[in-house]
Amino acid sequence: MNIVVLVKQVPDSGAERTLSADYSVDRASASNVINEMDEYAIEEALKIKEAHGGEVTVLTVGPAGATESIRKALSMGPDKAVHVQDDALHGSCAVATSKVLAAALRTLNADLIISGAESTDGRVQVVPHMLAELLGVAALTGARKLTVDGSQLTVERQTDEGYEVVTAATPAIVSVWDTINEPRYPSFKGIMAAKKKPVQSLSLGDLGVSAGEVGSAGATSQVLEYSKRPARTGGAKVVDEGTGGEQLVAYLATEKFV
Amino acid sequence: MAEVLVVVENGVKKVTLEMLTIARGLGSVSAVVFGDADTAKLGEFGAEKIYTASGEDVDGYLVAPKATVVAELVKRVQPAAVLLASTQEGKEIAARLAIKLDNGLLTDAVGLDADGTATQAIFAGSAIVKSKVTKGLPIVTIRPNSVTPEPSAATPAVEELTVAASDADKLTKVVERVAEQKGSRPELTEAGIVVSGGRGVGNADNFKLVEELADLLGGAVGASRAAVDSGYYPHQFQVGQTGKTVSPQLYVALGISGAIQHRAGMQTSKTIVAVNKDAEAPIFELADFGVVGDLFKVVPQAADEIRKRK
Ligand SMILES: Cc1cc2nc3c(=O)[nH]c(=O)nc-3n(C[C@H](O)[C@H](O)[C@H](O)COP(=O)(O)OP(=O)(O)OC[C@H]3O[C@@H](n4cnc5c(N)ncnc54)[C@H](O)[C@@H]3O)c2cc1C
Ligand SMILES: Nc1ncnc2c1ncn2[C@@H]1O[C@H](COP(=O)(O)O)[C@@H](O)[C@H]1O
Repeated sequence: MNIVVLVKQVPDSGAERTLSADYSVDRASASNVINEMDEYAIEEALKIKEAHGGEVTVLTVGPAGATESIRKALSMGPDKAVHVQDDALHGSCAVATSKVLAAALRTLNADLIISGAESTDGRVQVVPHMLAELLGVAALTGARKLTVDGSQLTVERQTDEGYEVVTAATPAIVSVWDTINEPRYPSFKGIMAAKKKPVQSLSLGDLGVSAGEVGSAGATSQVLEYSKRPARTGGAKVVDEGTGGEQLVAYLATEKFV
Repeated sequence: MAEVLVVVENGVKKVTLEMLTIARGLGSVSAVVFGDADTAKLGEFGAEKIYTASGEDVDGYLVAPKATVVAELVKRVQPAAVLLASTQEGKEIAARLAIKLDNGLLTDAVGLDADGTATQAIFAGSAIVKSKVTKGLPIVTIRPNSVTPEPSAATPAVEELTVAASDADKLTKVVERVAEQKGSRPELTEAGIVVSGGRGVGNADNFKLVEELADLLGGAVGASRAAVDSGYYPHQFQVGQTGKTVSPQLYVALGISGAIQHRAGMQTSKTIVAVNKDAEAPIFELADFGVVGDLFKVVPQAADEIRKRK
């Protein structure tokens, strides 16, 4: 099975401190990381390759610095990567990013595209369905379980109420939540091997996408104002000396919650 | 006055009423309902028109036919805006709609002005942006608990739409829908009160304590990722960066340290209270009221006290 995994590099937005335990390998220099959910996508792709054979390609649309995340992704085990980078991409909205991803995917002929369910920076959760719409392939999103039986895919899709079982045939895109598996840690051998794996760099020109369709120029929405919210400050803090519960309820009562 | 389409999924929820309230500021409100329409409720909150779409082509497949229905309607009635809920499905319909119409979209708005300017809380609620769709009409998903729903009576006209799902819309079949235990509690993202438990709760059985307090307060139950990963509580109740974003009137954190990824999902709550035995726990930096103590002592006492006051 020819599998393409979508990997996005995202800013580590203050998560660095708590990420340290898991990412101690390269923490000092990293202010950008692989979108966490995408690691579960990589793991799922590798598991399918191990069970059914095939090839795993990492696809990233992002600036030059994203190479670091691509190498990290490759160190987990994928065979190769495609990196779409172009200065004109700066400031792209989700619609434009999806168009570029779709153009790259058309050249890759994937049977199965696996992505994260959402990126932690934007939290938009839209790219997988945008791609399905652009490519005319099936979308099975929000997977907490994926079963592959030949060309037939079955996904347990997490919903607010519980879950849904959805099925489709390849070609398809599956997006995954962090409940689907436990991503492997890159081995030393994997890290060394990743350095030699092919990373193909493509420009917008290579994909036949015009610069006017992407970036700030082609953005379909615009931010008008930005302001920081004042940070929250802690209020009263009492130490429980036998009446902590009562004091808590007294506070809730003054705030009219009880 | 141009119509404003409000897409309603899975029955009328609180966020639906919020969307109807917001939509009234932008035009004449039309609800698009998949399945049975609660005409009375939608009318009570100002829907002048209700479009319904139902049948196997809508129910039997994932999302895509719904997007086609909305897209066709948009082309026909040329609405001033399309509002959807910031739920998984709402965002997915919005995504497909944006591609079908080659249109911009804004997700997770907490407000929407008459001119289509949306307010969004970004970076885990630490900053606010105002943005606008610059290509096409505003397609905006609205986050639950953004505004207070206000009734405004109308008598809606109902029109049943024919569903013309394409072959491409029918690629993903829904073969089963399973509801997992939820009981009578309000939905997590819509609840006015959320009581969450963390690793400090210790095990799945002890989560009864969290549930008991939630029920006494009429709230929903949430959990930290550590609690979910340890198997204390199901994943769909996880609050935080990789879980749900909640913004209730009251958030109660029990045995939760307050890691940045947890805060990402709850720090826009109106009032936050916390019980933690570690006086240095970061959760106290954002709690309006904190109790430093053992939750196994503090919570049962609080529960008793609430019962006494009832
Ligand atoms: C990329 C990424 C995404 C993440 N996404 C999320 C997310 O969406 N949501 C989320 O919650 N976390 C998320 N995390 C994890 C987060 O960093 C923390 O690990 C997690 O929130 C900790 O959960 P906790 O507070 O329950 O556990 P801990 O940090 O272990 O805290 C437990 C607390 O309970 C207190 N305690 C223990 N016993 C008692 C007692 N008897 N009485 C009172 N207090 C007691 C302790 O003092 C401690 O403060 C994410 C992490 C990463 C790296
Ligand atoms: N620029 C990108 N490059 C590669 N993959 C992406 C990109 N943007 C989004 N994705 C994929 O789409 C998923 C959902 O992203 P989003 O819709 O932005 O929340 C992510 O988890 C990635 O797998």
